[in-house]
Amino acid sequence: MADVAHQTAFVRHAALPEREPPTAQAGAVHWLRANLFNSWFNALLTLLLVYIIVQAVLGVWPWFAGATWEAGSLQECRERGGGACLAVINERWRQFLFGFYPRTEHWRPAVTFLWLCIAIAPVLFPAVPRRLFWATALFPFFAYWLIWGGSLWPVLMTLGGLGLGYAAYRFAAGRLGAMTAALAGLLVLVVWLQVVAGPLARELSRMIPLDLVTVPSRNIGGFTLTFVIGVSGISLSLPLGILLALGRQSKMFFIKTLCVGFIEFIRGVPLITLLFVASVMLAYLLPPGTTFDLVLRVIIMVTLFASAYIAEVIRGGLAALPRGQYEAADAMGLTYWQAMQLIILPQALKISIPGIVNVFIGLFKDTTLVAIIGLLDPLGLSTAVRATTEWNGVIWELYGFIALIFFAFCYGMSKYSQHLERRLRTEHR
Amino acid sequence: MAEAILDPGELKRPNPSALRVSDERAIEIVGMNKWFGQFHVLRDIDLTVYKGERIVVCGPSGSGKSTLIRCINRLEEHQTGTIRVEGVELTSDLKNIDRIRSEVGMVFQHFNLFPHLTILENCTLAPIWVRKTPKKEAEEIAMQTLEKVRIPEQAQKYPGQLSGGQQQRVAIARALCMRPKIMLFDEPTSALDPEMIKEVLDTMIQLAEEGMTMICVTHEMGFARSVANRVIFMDQGQIVEQNAPEPFFNNPQSDRTKLFLSQILGH
Repeated sequence: MADVAHQTAFVRHAALPEREPPTAQAGAVHWLRANLFNSWFNALLTLLLVYIIVQAVLGVWPWFAGATWEAGSLQECRERGGGACLAVINERWRQFLFGFYPRTEHWRPAVTFLWLCIAIAPVLFPAVPRRLFWATALFPFFAYWLIWGGSLWPVLMTLGGLGLGYAAYRFAAGRLGAMTAALAGLLVLVVWLQVVAGPLARELSRMIPLDLVTVPSRNIGGFTLTFVIGVSGISLSLPLGILLALGRQSKMFFIKTLCVGFIEFIRGVPLITLLFVASVMLAYLLPPGTTFDLVLRVIIMVTLFASAYIAEVIRGGLAALPRGQYEAADAMGLTYWQAMQLIILPQALKISIPGIVNVFIGLFKDTTLVAIIGLLDPLGLSTAVRATTEWNGVIWELYGFIALIFFAFCYGMSKYSQHLERRLRTEHR
Repeated sequence: MAEAILDPGELKRPNPSALRVSDERAIEIVGMNKWFGQFHVLRDIDLTVYKGERIVVCGPSGSGKSTLIRCINRLEEHQTGTIRVEGVELTSDLKNIDRIRSEVGMVFQHFNLFPHLTILENCTLAPIWVRKTPKKEAEEIAMQTLEKVRIPEQAQKYPGQLSGGQQQRVAIARALCMRPKIMLFDEPTSALDPEMIKEVLDTMIQLAEEGMTMICVTHEMGFARSVANRVIFMDQGQIVEQNAPEPFFNNPQSDRTKLFLSQILGH
């Protein structure tokens, strides 16, 4: 034994220098060999798939290349050549974007869309100047005015009421408690909206009319409708979903029961049913004489539907956090809402990003279901277009166009979520 | 038990004259009982901790030692008896609980740093939100405290980029940034690699020299010998024996203590 120990005894006196990795492990050739041709079977599969892809592209290409852009009807298209009849897009694209929105007012949804792009920039990217949040805060009010039209004064009155309420809150917060101050602010807002705002707005619009042509909801269609429902649904369902997820975890019996009941009910009912309830049933349930905009009702239903799913996704994120995170937050003396806002939700939401974006993408595409209750979203419009004598029989071109636009936005959401996951990654890898 | 291997000779020696105990009461526990469902985890606990005391709580696993110190900042709720911390009684009143929690720092076995915040943000979070300290001042305090635990250069990193020992020192700094009157340590070295235990214990010794009131649940008997002024042995939810470290280790009275000490020291 002693002999073995003697032979294997070893001491290193000088450290080994670091060396470069072998070059064959990197580069395009290495990548090709490792990923496409690392065995005869994989090489065969690679060649087969390349063949299929080439055949598919060669098959579809002439259809695109021989496309007709200028024609008055499908008949005319067919006479000019065998390719795609993109003339239908060329002639009807405005209708697909704006529905039956008045032709002279098309700039309004367009401006709203541009504003939307500016408004979400500071939400999505921290590099964007923080001052742009003003554009985000004002967006919902002006978007409503731009899309539906009417007088600007009620919108300004609402904004003024919010400003006054906030001022009252700030004034009271220094003197009374935060709760009392919040109540005072709310009271000021309600009194303002109920008593002052209406008559004042009427007076002001008589003196200085700031009116846009009113556009009824049934004329809003196409991708404008998709975006009105999609963007409202997405931005409202996230906060509601967070509250539902927290409520489901609550120790308070009634809050918990209410949240669980709501989530399970909404998840157990098809969205179509909810949309029918929105379009038909609510008219019976509401007191007679109340008019309640159909698009608004649809937005509410879509929001409730998505929020139940988001609540469950976030619940998964909350459950994935170690209990130590809650304990550390508690041990520091943070209140429940501080702990949620600063410690728990940032981490739980980060874990839930893929699931939340999944729900968002689903919601965005589910807006096409409103075609069933008679709203003219892009799919509803395509049916209408195909019902005309000129374009009867056009299928691929219309649905391809709609699919392409949906794909662009859904792929954008997916890419952003991946970017966000990378940005928020703080673990050492 | 790997934790008990460390020889007290390796540790920094605290300066005995710095370790003063006042006769003011920091924590007073009288007749406290706690159950987990039907299981009686803590039985008739009576314990008074004076300001500046350094108490080590030891005992076999499941003896209720962690539960005991977690009752002091209400991470666990006791069912009967009273607990007073700095003169304030712990009841279900949320205001009192938050007040006591802001005066009592806690260090956990698994560090529980916030992985989505930098080291500096971990340290400034509670001062800014609980104490309403201005951000700039909170950052200065945090940097001084990180200086004290000897890792100021890591301030902009995330917890995931630090070693276990470094993370635990950050956790101690994070608790200290609240300027607590009492520090609770719940097995602070049990999750660490052996070579990192010493750096954490040295930080704790430094804290003891500054007169901090400390209660440590630990198996580090070297630390208990050189720093504690009282060692408490718990078994089956009861305090079985408490004494100054010299007599506790050299002349344990109860059979249960003798068995426990022979198991963790006798190898």
